[in-house]
Amino acid sequence: MTTKNFQRPDGRKLNEMRPFEAKVGIIPNADGSAMYKSGDTIAIAAVYGPKKMHPQHSQNPEKGTLRCTYNMNSFSVSDRIRPGPSRRSTEISKITEWALEPVLMLDKFPNMVVDVHINIIQADAGTRCAGINAAAMALAHAGIPMRDMVSSVSVGKLDKTIVVDLSKEEEDFEEGDGPTDIPISMTHSGNITHFQLDGKIESKQLMEAIEMAKKSCEEIYEVQKKALKDSINMEEEA
Amino acid sequence: MSGEEVEITPDVTAERIRKYLEQEKRFDGRKTDEFRELIIEKNISKKAEGSVRVKIGKTEVLVGIKMGIAEPYPDSPDKGNLMVTAEFLPLSSSRIELGPPKFNSIEVGRIVDRGIRESKFIELEKLCIKKGKKVWTVFIDIYTINDDGNILDAAGIGAVAALKLAKIPKYDEENEKILYDEHQGNMPLRKINPFTITVHKIGQHLILDPTREEEDVSETRITVGSSEGIIYSLQKGNSGYFSVEEIQKSFDIVEKAWKELFKKVEGQLK
Repeated sequence: MTTKNFQRPDGRKLNEMRPFEAKVGIIPNADGSAMYKSGDTIAIAAVYGPKKMHPQHSQNPEKGTLRCTYNMNSFSVSDRIRPGPSRRSTEISKITEWALEPVLMLDKFPNMVVDVHINIIQADAGTRCAGINAAAMALAHAGIPMRDMVSSVSVGKLDKTIVVDLSKEEEDFEEGDGPTDIPISMTHSGNITHFQLDGKIESKQLMEAIEMAKKSCEEIYEVQKKALKDSINMEEEA
Repeated sequence: MSGEEVEITPDVTAERIRKYLEQEKRFDGRKTDEFRELIIEKNISKKAEGSVRVKIGKTEVLVGIKMGIAEPYPDSPDKGNLMVTAEFLPLSSSRIELGPPKFNSIEVGRIVDRGIRESKFIELEKLCIKKGKKVWTVFIDIYTINDDGNILDAAGIGAVAALKLAKIPKYDEENEKILYDEHQGNMPLRKINPFTITVHKIGQHLILDPTREEEDVSETRITVGSSEGIIYSLQKGNSGYFSVEEIQKSFDIVEKAWKELFKKVEGQLK
């Protein structure tokens, strides 16, 4: 199978993301909130804080703490998942913190904590990336000082071909080398804050995948920026 | 980060580690891309199907393989199961407290699991006893004995080594009993060596195999599970970031380190 005539199951171009949209200001109680949707994957995020860290011994006098929790709703997938934290969700929560922390100016909030709650309402692959996109917007919406934005996308290799924003159907691809899933998050300035991989790939092709992710992250960035601007306009009109 | 980890490397030491690296130097005289001495001790438990003690400098972990019979997962009815867990024992460092598993042990378990699983190192399809009903489960359990940094790589190397030594027990199907003292052959493995190798970033410098102190100073890291230049799993850890150039450089460092580790591991498993 050659790269040229590779057909994606849903007919997308290799570098074409699923239809995606973002909305800021979806949870009135939260200090900041956002939704990010890519194809059938929907993530929402809410920020509470900065607020005082409890218990006291968890406080960091040098800088504030970012605390993310990623959670999949039990009915977000075909086979119901048991509610509550799992090893997978614990890891994704941490990965999300690591993806976002480099752009946050947490030194302005010693002894405080910023809570980011991410919920996956509907899952069709790429949920951690959708969660990070929503969380980054929610943090900006909450007014947490940030040096840059973070955008996230999953690049994949299906047999020999690099494609962007895998759907669940593509994640389960079984021909040739099978699927390689490569979720990547980047700042707008192009630094990599989150990088994972499962599958099989040579480093040279992996560098191509990073380039593809970079281009997609630029597209996502524009949508995130617009959603944040729109939320301000809406508040002014209201 | 969430107040779980206690920083005990003093600032002056951290400062000096960074200063040394400016001249490409480390406290123990190693090059930036050099591992400490690797020692693998074989078959440290008679009860395990395969086991090793891995020492990297003063860091020490035990890895044991056990096998059991279970139902297959619905999405792989004709394949054996794989389960990897890691435990940071309180005896291995003054920093580790008793209690439920903390994040770092979950992460080590998951990273080692993915390196083995994604590379298809174990031929799980050969561990099916009765499709949809009964398969072997391979348990890889990792325990820290002394944590002087880079537990991650020690655990990954240990898992590969222990699997290579593992023997499958006999199974008495009539009585549904595993005969642990009798063997029916070696663990079915592909001819690869999916070691996990972690590159740490300190300032502008990329280093391998950090000591505890160096690990404390590390801003971010990338763990690559690979064999002969093919990457099977990868994870960036900790806050901080890598530029695209640093990622490229990390892959080169990993590829070179893998070759050296491969020779050392092969030599010691003979």
